[in-house]
Amino acid sequence: MNNESYLNMELLRFTTAGSVDDGKSTLIGRLLYDSKSIFQDQLESITKISNRKGLDHLDLSLLTDGLKDEREQGITIEVAYRYFATPKRKFIIADTPGHIQYTRNMVTGASTANVALILIDARKGVIEQTYRHSFIASLLQIPHLIVCVNKMDLVNYEEEVFNTIVTNYKNFASKLDVKDICFIPISALNGDNVVNRSSNMNWYEGSTLMYTLENMHIGSDQNHLDPRFPVQTIIRPHSNEFHDHRAYAGRIEGGVFRKGEEVLLLPSGLKSKINSIYYGDKEISEAFPPMSVSMTLCDEIDISRGDIFVKQNNQPNASQDLEVMFCWLNQSPLNLSGKYLLKHTTNSVRAIFKEIIYKLDIQTISRNEMDKEIVSNDIFRAKIRTTKPLFFDPYRKNRNTGSLILIDEITNETLAAGMIV
Amino acid sequence: MNNYLLKHLQELESESIYIMREVFSQFENPVILFSGGKDSIVLTHLARKAFWPAKIPFPLLHIDTGHNFPETLTYRDWMVNEIGARLIIGSVQNSIDLGRTKEESGLNASRNALQTITLLDAITEHKFDACLGGARRDEEKARAKERIFSHRDEFGQWNPKNQRPELWNLFNGNKLLDEHFRVFPISNWTEMDVWQYILAENISLPSLYFAHEREVFERNKTLLSVSPYLTLREGEKAIKKVVRYRTCGDMTITGAIESEAETLEEIIIEVAASRLTERGNREDDKRSETSMEDRKKQGYF
Repeated sequence: MNNESYLNMELLRFTTAGSVDDGKSTLIGRLLYDSKSIFQDQLESITKISNRKGLDHLDLSLLTDGLKDEREQGITIEVAYRYFATPKRKFIIADTPGHIQYTRNMVTGASTANVALILIDARKGVIEQTYRHSFIASLLQIPHLIVCVNKMDLVNYEEEVFNTIVTNYKNFASKLDVKDICFIPISALNGDNVVNRSSNMNWYEGSTLMYTLENMHIGSDQNHLDPRFPVQTIIRPHSNEFHDHRAYAGRIEGGVFRKGEEVLLLPSGLKSKINSIYYGDKEISEAFPPMSVSMTLCDEIDISRGDIFVKQNNQPNASQDLEVMFCWLNQSPLNLSGKYLLKHTTNSVRAIFKEIIYKLDIQTISRNEMDKEIVSNDIFRAKIRTTKPLFFDPYRKNRNTGSLILIDEITNETLAAGMIV
Repeated sequence: MNNYLLKHLQELESESIYIMREVFSQFENPVILFSGGKDSIVLTHLARKAFWPAKIPFPLLHIDTGHNFPETLTYRDWMVNEIGARLIIGSVQNSIDLGRTKEESGLNASRNALQTITLLDAITEHKFDACLGGARRDEEKARAKERIFSHRDEFGQWNPKNQRPELWNLFNGNKLLDEHFRVFPISNWTEMDVWQYILAENISLPSLYFAHEREVFERNKTLLSVSPYLTLREGEKAIKKVVRYRTCGDMTITGAIESEAETLEEIIIEVAASRLTERGNREDDKRSETSMEDRKKQGYF
């Protein structure tokens, strides 16, 4: 690959979910192996261990399960990040375990993903775990879902089996909030339709998994409509050369900002014009998500971390009272009378719970309004109040300005992931 | 640009810059762990971009094992001067002299594990609350499981089983007194990304990375450099070879590869064709299947 084409690659992040035996590790191993992202010494190392364990095949999960406990127990405990590249795109896989702490890990992996790969064992069809994973993908608003019907080799590559699973899945998915779903029949073990087209399933006219990952449209995954620029920090060089330089540093979390445009600053409500935009030391004329830039303004205004640049005719919601879908991630249960630290964009505030509206049973996607006990891995909707107003968008509209986390004030642990309704 | 989609290196660069600015905002006394290797050089370059035109708001901490390649030290001193950064040196020799740690004995003794003590002592002495490191997740399997903001308890230990979930780009750097964080802004970069970025940004590197003639000898299938720190054993013979290094550790443990790659472009072609991971030549990783995880738990980089 020459340098030119390397610099033209796009980045796609995807998360994989599946239960213990549906072949997730094998599939990832296959993607890494077939894209030549596994090195000889890694291969030698896992061959050695596979032999020691008395396996007659190469245990590709050893590539992803890096921790001692995981290797000893043969399970995945933590989200593992894996990388591979093709000439078109670089891929980051957040590989999440399907059983232990599944919600916590899936939510973590899903929060930054463009695509969720959902694996279904062709012999078992759509099962409880499929619902759970798909629901979380929908809840976290992952823009694209790829449903891989795996182990087609074990059902004689029959079209009928695949079609039934697709129909069943679509029935269930109609209840979800997902924009883009596609279905691919594969065998991760044999490589059918993973990187290379399968000659065993001529009835399938769609693309292989790799082709789909390489070509799906991800240009619209970021919000390009609503300009949002939360200030992270202020750059003041105090040098002779840049004596009066005062730049606001942060990442564009929505929309497009252009030099010379008027911006509205919140919470102050003051207006100014963008004097310059810098990407590193280069001046640029416009910036869009997820660029980290710094901007100078035409007026001297008191601005600090947590403030946000928006446009007069396109303002976020401003409120101290929020309705949020939460995933509770910590071992200790929610204490309704407790005070929590809340992080939202570059802001930190304190928050209290006003009301648990309902708890969600993700097996049945039904609401439970009676049960208010929130424990680890629970998903629920609640009303909270913060010490000062937050400037936010609904999570459905913008994942960056619609997401928040709760932190325990004593242990400092991250307790919950929140998506503003 | 009318297509509002970043290229992948820019997206990685923006992510790293965002993380550096979070560190600056969330901590009182952060430091960059600077080894003189390409990853910490890229890290320092990113820090310059993150805060330009101001100077890097973090000092650089170099844990000097006393077994460094002289080329690494020459580069370090040149770079520190070039960017006007403050350099703090933690000396492993000093830790040994003070009786804080003991030189390893035995055939494959090295100062690799000893660095942890010196590092933790420096963190305590200077009250660093965040240490920025250039570790990448594609380097090693234990690192693949580590957070970008990685919590360390008051003993500097990592607990892989109780890591904070890391969601969206909301980084939780809250901690108790005497605890600290290790932060890895280039977690999501691969070796190839780093090399392509060095080329694209025209970043200068220690001469070690480029092909040069050197006296080496073979031990445990690794080409080690002849140096005052290693004594040739029976049957080992020093020979002159044209080599270069893929990583930049101690002279006692870092293996050279035979290579004629003299430019960044040639290195990239070589990296792309390589069938071995870059740490495949590191004796410190070969000690056991979980040596990186074990060292990390104790407070290693």
